[in-house]
Amino acid sequence: MADFDTRIDYYPTHELNGIKYRRGHVLPFGATIVPNGVNFSIYSSAATSCTLVLFKKNAPQPFIEIPFPNEFIIGNVYAMIVFDLDLENLEYGYRMDGPYEPEKGHRFNKEIVLSDPYAKALGGRDTWLAEPNWDRLYPFRSRLVFEDFDWEGDSPLDTPIEDLVIYEMHVRSFTIHPSSDVKYKGTFAGLKEKIPYLLDLGVNCIELMPIYEFDEYEHSKTDPNTGELLVNYWGYSTLNFFAPKSGYAATGKYGMQVDELKTLIKELHRNGIEVMLDVVFNHTAEGDHRGPTISFKGIDNKTYYMLTPEGYYYNFSGTGNTLNCNNPIVRNMVLDCLRYWAAEYHIDGFRFDLAAILGRSQDGSPLSNPPLIESLAYDPVLAKCKLIAEAWDAGGLYQVGAFPAYGRWAEWNGKYRDTIRKFLKGDVGLVGELSQRVQGSPDMYQLRGTTAGVNFITCHDGFTLYDLVSYNEKHNDANGENNCDGNNDNYSWNCGCEGETDNQDIKNLRTRQIKNALAILMVSQGVPMLLMGDEMARTQFGNNNTYCHDNELNWLNWELKNQNAEIFNFARHIIHFRKNHAALRMKDHFQNRDYKQTGFPDISFHGTQAWNADWSESSRIFAFMLDGGHAKNGTANDDTIYVAMNMYWEALPFELPKLSAGKKWYVAVNTAMQPPFDFHALNEEPMVENQNSFTLGERSVIILIGK
Amino acid sequence: MDVKISTTDKIVTIAVEGSIDSNTAGDLQSKIMDKVAESQNVLLDFSKVDFVSSAGLRVLLMIYRQIKSKNGKVVLVGVSEEIYDVMSMTGFVNFFEITDTIENALKTL
Repeated sequence: MADFDTRIDYYPTHELNGIKYRRGHVLPFGATIVPNGVNFSIYSSAATSCTLVLFKKNAPQPFIEIPFPNEFIIGNVYAMIVFDLDLENLEYGYRMDGPYEPEKGHRFNKEIVLSDPYAKALGGRDTWLAEPNWDRLYPFRSRLVFEDFDWEGDSPLDTPIEDLVIYEMHVRSFTIHPSSDVKYKGTFAGLKEKIPYLLDLGVNCIELMPIYEFDEYEHSKTDPNTGELLVNYWGYSTLNFFAPKSGYAATGKYGMQVDELKTLIKELHRNGIEVMLDVVFNHTAEGDHRGPTISFKGIDNKTYYMLTPEGYYYNFSGTGNTLNCNNPIVRNMVLDCLRYWAAEYHIDGFRFDLAAILGRSQDGSPLSNPPLIESLAYDPVLAKCKLIAEAWDAGGLYQVGAFPAYGRWAEWNGKYRDTIRKFLKGDVGLVGELSQRVQGSPDMYQLRGTTAGVNFITCHDGFTLYDLVSYNEKHNDANGENNCDGNNDNYSWNCGCEGETDNQDIKNLRTRQIKNALAILMVSQGVPMLLMGDEMARTQFGNNNTYCHDNELNWLNWELKNQNAEIFNFARHIIHFRKNHAALRMKDHFQNRDYKQTGFPDISFHGTQAWNADWSESSRIFAFMLDGGHAKNGTANDDTIYVAMNMYWEALPFELPKLSAGKKWYVAVNTAMQPPFDFHALNEEPMVENQNSFTLGERSVIILIGK
Repeated sequence: MDVKISTTDKIVTIAVEGSIDSNTAGDLQSKIMDKVAESQNVLLDFSKVDFVSSAGLRVLLMIYRQIKSKNGKVVLVGVSEEIYDVMSMTGFVNFFEITDTIENALKTL
C-alpha cells in the first residue's frame, strides 16, 4: 500500500492500547477507506462527546473504544482516522453522550452503541430470518465496503420514461418459491437468473420494493391461530439508507451483498432493463418514544425527527415517527444517499414512499416550495434519474395531481387506479373521467405532460389483479388484526362468487376482466406499471395487505405461469403491443386536432356510433382512436389504433370510424374471444370482416389497427 | 494460507492452499505480484482453496488487471462449486477462464 501513501499527513499522532489514530477529515460523513486506515466522520448538533467503538466481526465486546479528543472536532463533526484495521472484519459504531431531555428533543444515552447513518453495509441480519443473538450489545453494526466494483462501461440506461413498462416486485417473493427453479432462491442472484423471463414478458424496468437494510424481525409476532411467524416482510421500515439488505443476497453471509447487487444491476442494464428503487424516507425503524434506539435517535434525535412541542414524535407515516426531511442536515443526508445509489449502484430511478411527507415543514405543515423535493429535482448527479412520488401520506396529505414537480417529478396516479377499477366493475358516470385517464390524465397534469403519471391498477398495496376480480371484500384475517388492517375501498368485484369457485362462467368472466384491465393499462398514455405476478393471475386469497407474510401469500408460484397460460400469453402480447406502437407512448398531451394534416385529429372519441362518444351518466362504453401520423407527438409513424371498451353486460355493435382510402381495420385484441383468437401477433392480425361495424361482447375490450 | 509458485518462460503457476481472506490476502499479494509482473500468463491452482473473501477476490482482480494490460490470460483451476458460485454472483467470474484440470488450463494458454 506504500505506493498510495502519498499524503505526508497520513501518520498516527495518537495511540490507545496499541491502536493508532489521528485527526480525520470531516467530509465525507461515514467511514471511508484511506491509505493505511479508515476515516470516520459523524455529525451531532447536541452531543457533548462522542466515542468510536470498534469490534471484530461478530465479537460480543468491542476491542477498543476511542473517545474523540477535542481537537478532532470541527463544528459539530467528529472526525478521526484509525490505522491498520482489518477492513473486512471490522464493525464500528458510536457512543454519544449528551442530555436525556425528551421534552427538549434530546434522547442521548451513552450506554447504547449507535450505528452510523452513513454506513455502507450493516451487520446483524446477514441471512434472511436467521435467528439473531437477541442479547448482544449493538445489534445492527456498521461495516465497511469496497467501492471498487468494475462496471465495465455500464451506466444508467436513461430510457425515455414514456417508453418504460415498470414491473413492481419484491426481491424475495420473486424467486423464493420452490417452483422458481433458480439456484439461490429469494436473492439478487436468483433474480439475475430470471432476467430471460423479464425479457420474454417485455418489461423494461423493475421497481424493487425496499432493499435498504431493514429488520425482518421488527414487530414480528406469532399468529395465535396458525402458529406462524408474522414478520416485517415488505421492509417499509429502514434501518440504514446506504446499506443494501444483506438477507436479499446469497453472499450476504460473506458480506458481499454490495457486489452481488451491483452484478445484478449490471446484468439487467446489459439486457436493457432499468432498475428503480422504492425508497422510504418518511420514517425509520426506530418507532416512537417506545421504540428502540438504533442510530438517529441516539445521535441527534431533534435533527432527524419531526417532534411535537412536547418532544413526542409526529406520526405522519402511520408507523411511529416521521423523518425530518426538510431539516437541512437531513435533506443533505437524503441527497447524499440518492447520489450514492445513482453513482455507486447505477440506479435508474427512485419511487418515494409516502412522498407527501417530504413536502412537510419541520412542524409538519405542508410547504408550497419544499426544499428537499426541489433539491432532488435540480441535483446534478440525479439529473437523469426518474423521480416518482407516492404523492400522499398517512397524515391526510393527498397531492396526486398537485405534487410539486419542478418540471420533472412524476407520481403514482392513484386516480387512474380508482377510475379504471370502477369502470371495469361496471360503475356508471365514469366515461368522462376515464377518457382523461387513458389520455395520460391531462386534467391533472395539464402542464406536466403524460409522463407525470405512473398508471397502475394494482400495486403491492392492495389486491392483486386476480383478487380484484375475485373478491368484493378484503380477507385479512391471516394478518392477526381481526381484518381491521388494509384498505376498505377496493372498488373490486368478484364476478358473482366471493373467492375460489368451480363455476366456469365466473372463471371465464374473471379471465376476461383481467385481460380487460391489462389491455386498458397498456393502451393508456402515461407510464404503465404492472404488479409482479399479475401476468399469471397470482392470488393473495383476498388479502389486501400482506406486509407480514413470508409464505405463499406473497411468494410467486411459477407454476401459475402454466396453469394460467392464457392470461400470461395475453399479458406478454399486450406489453409487446404497447412497445410496438409508438402512438401509445406520447410524451406531451394530445391536442385534439390534426396538426400533421393527416386528415384525422391525433385522438378522437367514439361510441356505438363513430365520432359520437357516449358521455352520458348511464354509459358503460367508451372508444377512442389514435391517428398513427401523430404518434409520439408527430415525430413517429404508426398504424391507426382504435380501442373500444364495453363494460355493459350485453354485447353491443360499435360503428367503426372510416379510415383513409386504401386502409383497412385489423384485429389485434378481442378479449371476448377464447385463445387463440383473443389476440394476434404483430403483422398477423386478421382483417375485420365488416369494416363498418364490430360487435363487442359483453364486458370486453377490442383493439383494432388501421393500416 | 500457503503459496507455491513455479514459473516457465511465459506462465507463472500459483498454487494456493487454505483461505484467501483479509488476513491472508495482503500476504498473497506481496508474495506473487513480482512474479505476475514478470509473466505473460497466470495459472491459479485453487484445488486446495476452501474460501475466498471479498478482499481475496480483489487480489484476483488485481492479477487480472496486470495480465490484461499485457494481453495475457488468467486461468483458474480446481475452483470449488461454492467459490465459483460466489464469484459468479459477485461478478468476478467474467474476468477469468476457468478449467477443471491443469492440463486443460495449459492448453488455453
